[in-house]
Amino acid sequence: MEKKLKIGWFSFSCCEDSSIVFTELLNDHFEEWFKVLDFQYVRILKKNNKLEGLDVAFIEGAIASRKEASKLKKIRENCKKLVAIGSCAVNAMPSAQRNLFDPEREKEIEFLIEKFHMAKKVKKLEDVVKVDDKVPGCPMDEDKFLELVGKYLKEFKIK
Amino acid sequence: MKKLDISIQDLSKIEGHADLDVKVRGGKVKKVNIKFTDNKRFFTQAIKKRNISTLPQSVARICGTCSIAHTMCCIEAIENALGVKNTEQTRLLKKLTMYGLMIRDHALHIYLFSLPDVYDKDSVLDFTGKEMELLKDSFDIKRAGNKLTTVIAGRAVHAPYPMVGGYSNTPKVDEIKDCIKELKKARKRLFPVLDVYYNTKIDYERETHFVGMVNDEFNFLDGDVASSDGLRIEEKDYFHYLDKTVLPYSQAVGYKFGHDTYMVGALARLNLNKDALHAKTKKDGAKYLKVFPSNNIFHNNLAQGIEILHAIDHSLEILENTKFKDEKPIEPKLKESEGVGVIEAPRGILFYRLSLDKEGNVKEGNIVTPTQQNQVNIELDIKKLVQENLDKMTKDEIEYNIEKLIRAYDPCISCATHFLKVNWDTK
Repeated sequence: MEKKLKIGWFSFSCCEDSSIVFTELLNDHFEEWFKVLDFQYVRILKKNNKLEGLDVAFIEGAIASRKEASKLKKIRENCKKLVAIGSCAVNAMPSAQRNLFDPEREKEIEFLIEKFHMAKKVKKLEDVVKVDDKVPGCPMDEDKFLELVGKYLKEFKIK
Repeated sequence: MKKLDISIQDLSKIEGHADLDVKVRGGKVKKVNIKFTDNKRFFTQAIKKRNISTLPQSVARICGTCSIAHTMCCIEAIENALGVKNTEQTRLLKKLTMYGLMIRDHALHIYLFSLPDVYDKDSVLDFTGKEMELLKDSFDIKRAGNKLTTVIAGRAVHAPYPMVGGYSNTPKVDEIKDCIKELKKARKRLFPVLDVYYNTKIDYERETHFVGMVNDEFNFLDGDVASSDGLRIEEKDYFHYLDKTVLPYSQAVGYKFGHDTYMVGALARLNLNKDALHAKTKKDGAKYLKVFPSNNIFHNNLAQGIEILHAIDHSLEILENTKFKDEKPIEPKLKESEGVGVIEAPRGILFYRLSLDKEGNVKEGNIVTPTQQNQVNIELDIKKLVQENLDKMTKDEIEYNIEKLIRAYDPCISCATHFLKVNWDTK
């Protein structure tokens, strides 16, 4: 069997708009990607996912809890390259809008932050782990994403 | 089985993140907790003090897949607050925007999320032969929905053209021609999946209440709210009928309609208003429409497929019979006011209530999403499914069937956990 690029797609705190764009990109790229990509961990498309040994992890969303930070670190340990996808992953906004709340609004949400063990401040991926590449945009810039897929196919010598 | 504990983490093939706990003791289901685990992003707080000039785009970020529904409902609430009347062209553009959303969003669900369940496969990535042909159909259908929303509203996700009082762009003749071509192609490719869901018999029924908006052209935007037990109320009064239910284990609150649990979404709409579907949809979909009304949640998949057909048929009628002209959006006159917006999002009724100050800034906002309304109903369906199959299925089979049932609802967890704080002063 030809070697494929083992990819993962993950989402943390966000609206999952880039996940939707990703599924829409399948409309035009499925046949080509099916030959060269191994969709090893893509929860939006499958139940049986494998984290270990990923070549590239694409991650959308910001980090809003210790649990999410811990999962992100685990992904980092299991992938060779990690790409921040979309605005929330790249700069934490708009998921980090609560970081900018005035004291009145901070007080309103305080009990929920505690109840659900959420972090005091929402972070971008780079605040928690090393990020190799970024695809900005809300949702992600499709062309930049396609460019990166091409770059990694070359880098990992996938034909 | 007398004793059983089921704990499913991070359900797959749904929008967002959810866990499930089920507890059976003495042969009886004692607990079903579906937990929406997406972290709250506090939109209800974040929109306070935000100006209406940026609000419809801000709320689009509550949910990637339903973003257009949030934008459109928010605009409706603002327009109702400020007394803005739409032109006939804006009305048509709004309908087309919603139809594009329905085509893309429903197709994502019935093909990529739920269709693997029909073939007992984990994923569309495992499809071969006839299944692969269906997957290819989905690409043409989703592409047509994307194209329609892009031409009319600027983009399929977080659409930039719709605004308070109108649209910031007029669709071009060539773009409309392309849309018509793609929609016609998509229509042809839709019928195989309708047959698949029509012929897939899942023996499951539970009586519940269905609630949805009804109007005479099934346009997802207008009309009163009706329930399957005969109630009919004006959209502005909808919130008064909702009974908030705090679910301490979930990042979302649930709702009851009156004191009853209920279902919103495509199945509810078909049960309540199938006579209003487009004439071509009723003609070519006659066989499938006989299924409704139905108390079988798995028919939600077929209902979504029929709604795709309707969205294509009505879009084609509008696009083939309208000459769009350049039109400036109507400038709203700001005033201290309150407005309600109610529309049918892909997964059911979406409700916005906004209170504005005289500068057009939000004083208070309240949003109720479809999946919040369905949460209690989902739990009751799971309870029934587990109870009925305790002695017929293995634990793994029960788990798999629970997942299929949840997916049939097409839950949207991003929407459900935007965070709602209902403290509305109605004095």
